[in-house]
Amino acid sequence: MSTPAHTVPAGGFRPITSIVASVPAANIDTDQIVPARFLKITDSAGLGEHAFEDFRRNPDGSPRADFALNRPDRTGAAILIAGDNFGCGSSREHAPWALKGAGIRAVVSTSFADIFRGNALKNGIIPVVLGAADCAALHALGNSDTQVTVDLAAETITWPGGSAQFRIDPFARTCLLQGVDELGYILKHEPAITAFEQARAAAGGKA
Amino acid sequence: MSTATAPRTLFEKIWDSHVVASEPGAPTLLYIDLQLVHEVTSPQAFSGLRRRGLSVRRPDRTVATVDHSIPTLATAVPDALAAAQIATLEKNATDAGIRLFGTKSHDQGVVHVLGPEQGFTRPGMTIVCGDSHTSTHGAFGALAFGIGTSEVEHVLATQCLLQQRPKTAEVRIEGTLQKGVTAKDVILALLAKIGVGGGTGYVFEYTGSTVRNFTMEERMTLCNMSIEGGARAGMVAPDDVTFAYLAERGIDKTELDASVKIWHTLRTDPGARYDHTITLEVSDLAPMVTFGTNPGMGVQVTGRIPDPEHVSEPAGKSTLKNALQYMGLTPGQAVQGQPIQVVFIGSCTNGRISDLRAAASVFKGRSVAKGVRVLVVPGSRAVKRQAEAEGLDRIFLESGAEWREPGCSMCIAMNGDEVAAGDYAVSTSNRNFEGRQGRGSRTFLASPLTAAASAVTGTLTDVRSLA
Ligand code: SF4
Repeated sequence: MSTPAHTVPAGGFRPITSIVASVPAANIDTDQIVPARFLKITDSAGLGEHAFEDFRRNPDGSPRADFALNRPDRTGAAILIAGDNFGCGSSREHAPWALKGAGIRAVVSTSFADIFRGNALKNGIIPVVLGAADCAALHALGNSDTQVTVDLAAETITWPGGSAQFRIDPFARTCLLQGVDELGYILKHEPAITAFEQARAAAGGKA
Repeated sequence: MSTATAPRTLFEKIWDSHVVASEPGAPTLLYIDLQLVHEVTSPQAFSGLRRRGLSVRRPDRTVATVDHSIPTLATAVPDALAAAQIATLEKNATDAGIRLFGTKSHDQGVVHVLGPEQGFTRPGMTIVCGDSHTSTHGAFGALAFGIGTSEVEHVLATQCLLQQRPKTAEVRIEGTLQKGVTAKDVILALLAKIGVGGGTGYVFEYTGSTVRNFTMEERMTLCNMSIEGGARAGMVAPDDVTFAYLAERGIDKTELDASVKIWHTLRTDPGARYDHTITLEVSDLAPMVTFGTNPGMGVQVTGRIPDPEHVSEPAGKSTLKNALQYMGLTPGQAVQGQPIQVVFIGSCTNGRISDLRAAASVFKGRSVAKGVRVLVVPGSRAVKRQAEAEGLDRIFLESGAEWREPGCSMCIAMNGDEVAAGDYAVSTSNRNFEGRQGRGSRTFLASPLTAAASAVTGTLTDVRSLA
């Protein structure tokens, strides 16, 4: 079996510092993050264009000037401050692909849907869970040029006037920091997988 | 093993028997018995395998179907993008030796209708699919959940998945449903109670007299929408209802009898502990409809649209306000009587034969109201054949509804079947998110009975009020 390529660049994951974009609505589902009509693709290219498509553009295709990611003063925002229960709904990994394509590298919320959280981490997007007060403080920065820093190694988010600790699943965190990919880790367990299948076959089940 | 004697939940039994490795500081490596793949969430996973020079480890534990982007008109051809996606799946499956239910298959269908119906879904299994409604298969006492495309690749390559052990919640449902009230109404009532994030981090086990009295198809409807409450999986312990259903799937009799002995042990032991318990009493339940933009925003059809001014918590108030604005509904208005333009009967929630029978029982001898478009989309070709054998297609057509080919269709609106902006649809599917059924579409989720009753009156209707 060949050595798997690393999906995360070796050299690991450095702190992200940028201005923030605020999208405060609760329960933003993955259909909102990228509508299903853009899923008829066989790769993940070009999805950034359609991140939050129906918030971003009018039905005639013209941009909505007031949406955070369209505003010229939000150019370069890599940290999205979102509402509660972000990423609920479908399991589409197209959601983090679209966010990544739109330059988002961390999302802050009071909570994330389970499947989205896992998908985000696999694509190097940090789901930062904070308390309501900290989230409110960060939403308030959505109109300013204040720089916010998300540091995965320290599991801290800092901004002028505040800072908070967050927790990322230790395994996913190590993978990102060390540039290890999960499939590579699983493949190392090949003997255990084969042994599991053999034990089952021996017990009379389907191998 | 000492754990073998301690009382365990159904979830724990299945989880424990699938642990391949468990290293400190890493999630559990879990063996996956069955992976279902469809055209939308798998192409990038197959490309990933090729980039790494890996092959599919267990094509015999993998089943592929096309459902999301295929047209539902026999004469229609998919657009270029959809065609490429379908061709990619068919090639990937064929090259890897994966059993394919493709466009030419006699039995093609929506992945979560097809798996159970073709006998792939069995009690005690771990089942995954790059699709959040994989929770459906939990109806058989399997641990079944949706995964992302990276994980689809992991399972294709290794038949294993790294998983953090979720928490467990017992969802105890008690009571006898009134006539006209269905499993769909029960799950919508549960979602209205717990909200769309209420189950995040949990696996649900549905228990109680209502669930025990459900058929397999009703259990599938219930488990299907577990994810709408945030629970990645929902499960029902297998019983004689399950075994009787499986006995009709063409499984070898000796194999089945041996399996049933083992499957009988798949139940939560007395004294086993769940992390959380939710209870729901359904004897007084009326048919449910959603009024908002997530499946947790549901009311009884006999009720009224809630008023944001009565919500004290600011975030909840603004969420409700935004939802009503999108839906164009007035706080306090009666649910019944709200005009609708489209009715969709189908999907992995309610596209099975019993759902079509229920809808047909309402359409029989009645006509679709003027100005209403009704799409009836069977969940699979097997469901379609059965419906036609029973003459249900003629009932739909005579009432003025359209009878289509199987697929996801208007549930996800990828294939051209969509609701026009601003129009109202009553849909038996599972998601009423903004734009889910087409940009600007407004969705009322409901049961097949409610959908059919609304189709014949042209307004949201309590099926029990039809003469
Ligand atoms: S019917 Fe709808 S929910 Fe079910 S698999 Fe298809 S798109 Fe997904």
